[in-house]
Amino acid sequence: MRNPRSSSVAFRTAIYLAGIAVSVLLIAIFLSLLLSSRPALVANGFRFLTGADWDPVTNTFHSLAFVVGTLLTSLIALVIATVLALALAVLMGEYFKTGVFASVMRTAVELLAGIPSIVYGFIGLFFLVPVVREVQIILGVPPFGVGILTSAILLAFMVLPYSASIGREMVSLVPMDLKEAALSLGATPSETIWRVTLPYARSGILGGVFLSLGRALGETMAVTMVIGNSNSLTLNLLAPGNTMASLIANEFSEATGTVYLASLIEIALLLFVISTVINILGKLVINRMVEAV
Amino acid sequence: MGDTIVRLPGDDTPATPGVLVSKTRTVDAELRARLRGDTAFRTGVLVLSLAATVPLILILVFIVVRGASSINWQFLTELPKPIGETGGGISNAIVGTILLIIVASVVSIPLGIFAGVFLSESAKTGLGRVTRLSVETLMGIPSIVIGIVAYVWVVRPLGHFSALSGGVALAMIMLPVITLSTEETLLMIPLSLREAALALGVSYPRTVLKVILPAGLSGIITGTLLAVARAAGETAPLLFTSFGSPYMEMNILKPMASLPQTIFYYATSPYPEWQSLAWGASFVLLVLVLALNLVTKLVTSRWKTQF
Amino acid sequence: MRFHRVLATAVMVSALAGAAFAQSFEFTGAGATFPAPLYTKLFDQYSKEFGTKVNYQAIGSGGGQSQLKNRTVDFGATDVIMTEKDLAGAPAAIVHVPMVAGAVVLTSNLPGNPELKFTGDVVADIFLGKIKKWSDPRITGANPGVKLPDMNITVVHRSDGSGTTGVFSDYLSKVSDEWKEKVGSGTSLQWPAGVGAKGNPGVAGLVKQLPGSLGYVELIYALQNNMPYAQVKNRSGNWIKATLASTSAAANVPVPEDVTKMSLTDSSVADAYSIATFTWIILYKDQSYENHKDKAKAEALLKMLWWMTHDGQKYAEPLSYATLPANVVSKAESILKSVTFDGKPLLKEGGM
Repeated sequence: MRNPRSSSVAFRTAIYLAGIAVSVLLIAIFLSLLLSSRPALVANGFRFLTGADWDPVTNTFHSLAFVVGTLLTSLIALVIATVLALALAVLMGEYFKTGVFASVMRTAVELLAGIPSIVYGFIGLFFLVPVVREVQIILGVPPFGVGILTSAILLAFMVLPYSASIGREMVSLVPMDLKEAALSLGATPSETIWRVTLPYARSGILGGVFLSLGRALGETMAVTMVIGNSNSLTLNLLAPGNTMASLIANEFSEATGTVYLASLIEIALLLFVISTVINILGKLVINRMVEAV
Repeated sequence: MGDTIVRLPGDDTPATPGVLVSKTRTVDAELRARLRGDTAFRTGVLVLSLAATVPLILILVFIVVRGASSINWQFLTELPKPIGETGGGISNAIVGTILLIIVASVVSIPLGIFAGVFLSESAKTGLGRVTRLSVETLMGIPSIVIGIVAYVWVVRPLGHFSALSGGVALAMIMLPVITLSTEETLLMIPLSLREAALALGVSYPRTVLKVILPAGLSGIITGTLLAVARAAGETAPLLFTSFGSPYMEMNILKPMASLPQTIFYYATSPYPEWQSLAWGASFVLLVLVLALNLVTKLVTSRWKTQF
Repeated sequence: MRFHRVLATAVMVSALAGAAFAQSFEFTGAGATFPAPLYTKLFDQYSKEFGTKVNYQAIGSGGGQSQLKNRTVDFGATDVIMTEKDLAGAPAAIVHVPMVAGAVVLTSNLPGNPELKFTGDVVADIFLGKIKKWSDPRITGANPGVKLPDMNITVVHRSDGSGTTGVFSDYLSKVSDEWKEKVGSGTSLQWPAGVGAKGNPGVAGLVKQLPGSLGYVELIYALQNNMPYAQVKNRSGNWIKATLASTSAAANVPVPEDVTKMSLTDSSVADAYSIATFTWIILYKDQSYENHKDKAKAEALLKMLWWMTHDGQKYAEPLSYATLPANVVSKAESILKSVTFDGKPLLKEGGM
């Protein structure tokens, strides 16, 4: 009969190795990106982070325009998504906890998460862009339709399911006696939600926000279809812009020239670093708030 | 009401019955104002929530209307045709997506489940925390970056595009999802179950494989199906790995078509025939992904072990 | 372990299954979107007649060049000749084989879809962002009788590396010194104005949607989408609309020794369209290299390219591409004959 000890040890080792494999994979990804972008790191130098020009003709590659584009679209998307997610969380955590309507809403939001990115892109192109264009015509600004605000709105819906599900969980975790106490003191339901429930669930909601931010930063296909693909630095929300992920998707397969290709990988590396930093920050914030409570 | 005194939060006027609480409102009126505010808040929440689901309805209606008309037996079984010829279908894309998912699953499911087991057991240790951080970071990596990495690791050394490289990219996307949901599921299983098994003399491997994993099966399957649904819809990592192909391909060492990439390629073409291929393909992909999500729900409700 | 064996068997079976179905050759190609509609037709036709299968993905001229350099495809397709620098950076010598000629047109979205007239300098200044409105006197001056609204011009350009961009910017560099200095020519540019879309189809689609927009696309995309395109004043002073005839006229010039030095833009031929180009297939001069050692396969590739420049030319005109003039075809023949395998020419003397 096989020695139970040795099979147990072998199995334990396998589990252990699987755990380590993940970290190894992550490090390998980082190193790969670092190595492949070396020609660019050398050629572009520090200016890569501070300059706003992206000119393949003169081999000038700077990232600022895309970092700004990424941050603008993601942050605006986050604000919109958080508002909507809170509404959903409150709806399903307080007003309609059970029943057909509740389950329909819940399913609907979860299904939003499953829709592929390109499908979102087409919906954005066919519905959102004309609407934004009409608004721009009314406002008297150039009627691009595509642009930073458009992609932020689209992004908000893509990111919504994640914040909504976490928000809903957090709201449902608020202790009943706290809510009942407020109600018995004469507060209306809405006052209870606004002044008791939401502040209590604050840390969890913030956690959901950071998780969604991570997703928003990397979103590619939908954004690239509605952002207008303009590589110049702009803070004008109604103008076209570009994000790091969208830039890579546009130019990667056609980049000729070692520095050009390596610069695109350097952008990928930068994106990797930024999303990692935000993930870690998010965890720190949540841990701090959880401990405070 | 009559002589009853109602004190509102934050109100420190003297408690004299019937007195005006403020210049323009009595106690009753103040309460009514708050109740109106309550209704307004509730309405606002409802409106915002419905607004959140608008795109879903738009998408479903749009894709169904445009795509369903393209679906017929020919569409599902034929290869795409060049311009000027009618007919044609997306059979290669359907097969391609299935094969890519299989390749990705073979790598990511066993590794993901084992890693999830590791995390559930060593959550508090230093290595456990590091691993958790790695998994979460991996989940946050944009899929296009994963695509570039797969290009560097598989496409360049092999010297050509291949479904294998696409599968590798998708595996890296699926891995963290499976790991985290396995960990979450296993953490919910009470310790007593495992201790009972070990106390009865069951070896560690058998405890995990025959007791713990089966107990958490519904959660694990849920995680796996969600990971598959996510991978099936990804386009960016496939652009420079599996590349696409107009032919039916079963060889994973060759480039291969896939549903998302087909949709992207044909929908952005100027030809109406190719565009309707894209809508039909979107419909198929949407049905696939939504079906996976709904199956997940069924599995969770039917198979969930109660403790 | 059993699992690994199952896995290995599955891979082998799938590879064998793939091989079993391939009694014929299979090629992978990547590159320009410009000739993509024609190539799809040609490859399909060729596979019906000869069995060879080609997987061509239109990822842009720049993509074709870089994938060929990375040796991940058997051939590339590009609208612009590879630069000296790019050729120097490639692992081995690369040859360009001309296939067909095409035209890049300016398409617009205005009420009533009028047919417009542009001179080269006006186009350059629009794309430089200097001319901002359709009602600008320089545009209305060239278009008497057309009601031009006081709308902003939204420039639409390519967001991806593109041979179409390369040709267009080559033309603009010739007609505008300011463009040449500020932006230059190439497949990927730092555009001073406008929005970007992916591929010829993306630009066509965006122009179709955006009122007041102006973009540049290959002729076939404007035709397929029923979009209006403009007449351009050529170097001889004539207003020329892009047609097969005017494109061929631009191509009908003496061929230099190195055919890749031929630029068709801003042609001085009387009835030539100004923004025309050949489109090329690129491959390695010596077909024996790493991961690519099949001599029969290389020969099959050359045979296909030969067919494309001869019999295949009859499919060009129905799809609005201009066929190669005879003197260019003979140049293509000598280029194909110069392709070797391990130093020995692949095609026998006298061609096929």
